[in-house]
Amino acid sequence: MLEKVLIANRGEIALRVLRSCKQLGIKTVAVHSTADKDLMHVRLADESVCIGPPSSGESYLNAPAIISAMEVTDADAVHPGYGFLSENADFAEQVEKSGFIFVGPTAETIRQMGDKVSAIDVMLAGGVPTVPGSNGPIDSDDQKTLAIAKDIGYPVIIKAAAGGGGRGMRVVESEASLLKAIAITQTEAKSFFGSSIVYLEKFLENPRHVEIQIIGDGKGNAVHLGDRDCSLQRRHQKVLEEAPAPNIPVEVRNSILQTCVTACKKMKYRGAGTLEFLYQDERFYFIEMNTRVQVEHPVT
Amino acid sequence: MLTTTIDLKPPNRPPKRREKTPNQGIRNRYLETIMDIRKVKKLIELLESSQVAEIEITEGEESVRISRNASSPSPQMNVPQAPQLSSNTAIAPSSDDAPAPKPSSEAKGKIVKSPMVGTFYRAPSPSAPPFVEVGKHVKPGDVICVVEAMKMMNQIEADHAGVVDAILIEDGEPVEFDQPLITIA
Repeated sequence: MLEKVLIANRGEIALRVLRSCKQLGIKTVAVHSTADKDLMHVRLADESVCIGPPSSGESYLNAPAIISAMEVTDADAVHPGYGFLSENADFAEQVEKSGFIFVGPTAETIRQMGDKVSAIDVMLAGGVPTVPGSNGPIDSDDQKTLAIAKDIGYPVIIKAAAGGGGRGMRVVESEASLLKAIAITQTEAKSFFGSSIVYLEKFLENPRHVEIQIIGDGKGNAVHLGDRDCSLQRRHQKVLEEAPAPNIPVEVRNSILQTCVTACKKMKYRGAGTLEFLYQDERFYFIEMNTRVQVEHPVT
Repeated sequence: MLTTTIDLKPPNRPPKRREKTPNQGIRNRYLETIMDIRKVKKLIELLESSQVAEIEITEGEESVRISRNASSPSPQMNVPQAPQLSSNTAIAPSSDDAPAPKPSSEAKGKIVKSPMVGTFYRAPSPSAPPFVEVGKHVKPGDVICVVEAMKMMNQIEADHAGVVDAILIEDGEPVEFDQPLITIA
């Protein structure tokens, strides 16, 4: 059992992690910027370390400062919360290389799932149904690209491999506008996410967004904690969620839950994770996986 | 019933070593028969944030009394620093308390603050003499101390010319970002 956990976040998730640590009798270290020294979780933590000035780039995203804080407080593990460094594979790797525990998946898993193209590959190999698509990055061969899109069937959606969370996507209704739309999306992706790699998927016209919560122990065991319906969104950002998702036939639901558990066992997934699906016509289609605890987990 | 007034001045500790400190050992030294130091810390914070002058709490056979003594920097006032064990100075209390109490209220000159989280050392190696002592003249760019982070020694330089007035941190102590290290008058 961990003895001391450093909470590398702030606000509600930091307080929530702190609460769990208290319940488990784990000592807590709160790291904070100079602006956040009076936050509730900082005051309630057993120890606190100021790691930088107000800007998050120099504090909550400052991996060396956080790892250094773990050193001086003799923490065993860091809980990254969500956002900030929680899905930063390099950070997870640095933490483990420095002799500490990263509360979450391994760096390799984070990397695999962070690249949306490789995530789809992993899921296909694990037997999880995905949205019909290019199943791989689009290259510069325009004829090939047009053929792929034709195969998928319009409308199609262009997605950034390094994107996710509803960003870096563009819908194309017909062949005439495909190549231009791809070029624009690639440029955007490069500037937002640092990589211009994009892929294609069939654009489902009227899906619901249903996600499956899982937890794995990193040793090949995993369980699901049910699903959540997150369809109510504004600009691809979830606004309201409900658990369990209503009106899904029992066999369809059980089947996807089991499929997710099997895939996570195969991946030896460690920590909390969420597989996101589009659900239409009583079928589930995997879109991406979040390798962190999510803000909405209490809904589950 | 056992009543104890806590002397909250930090004891002289050897420089922090790299391997895990035996928390149990330090704890026992402080707290053989006294309540959990975390509870005490909370009590102290409670006292400070209120108008209350004195708090006494009894738990079974033990009790703790903490009183505010506004007239002089008595041990009870140095409270914020003391309870934290392995990160004594890493708890840099809020600036309206007397943080590194006496030195900063009496120290003259500009404070050089730590630009990072790490361990403060006064010398480049354990056997070497310290970079500076109180009274030493320094000019901008002179190395005055080192903060070690993730096995890298980061040299901290004086940013203006002057005389070293006070060294606020003990050799080997952990420091956090913006923590006052040395004052140069």
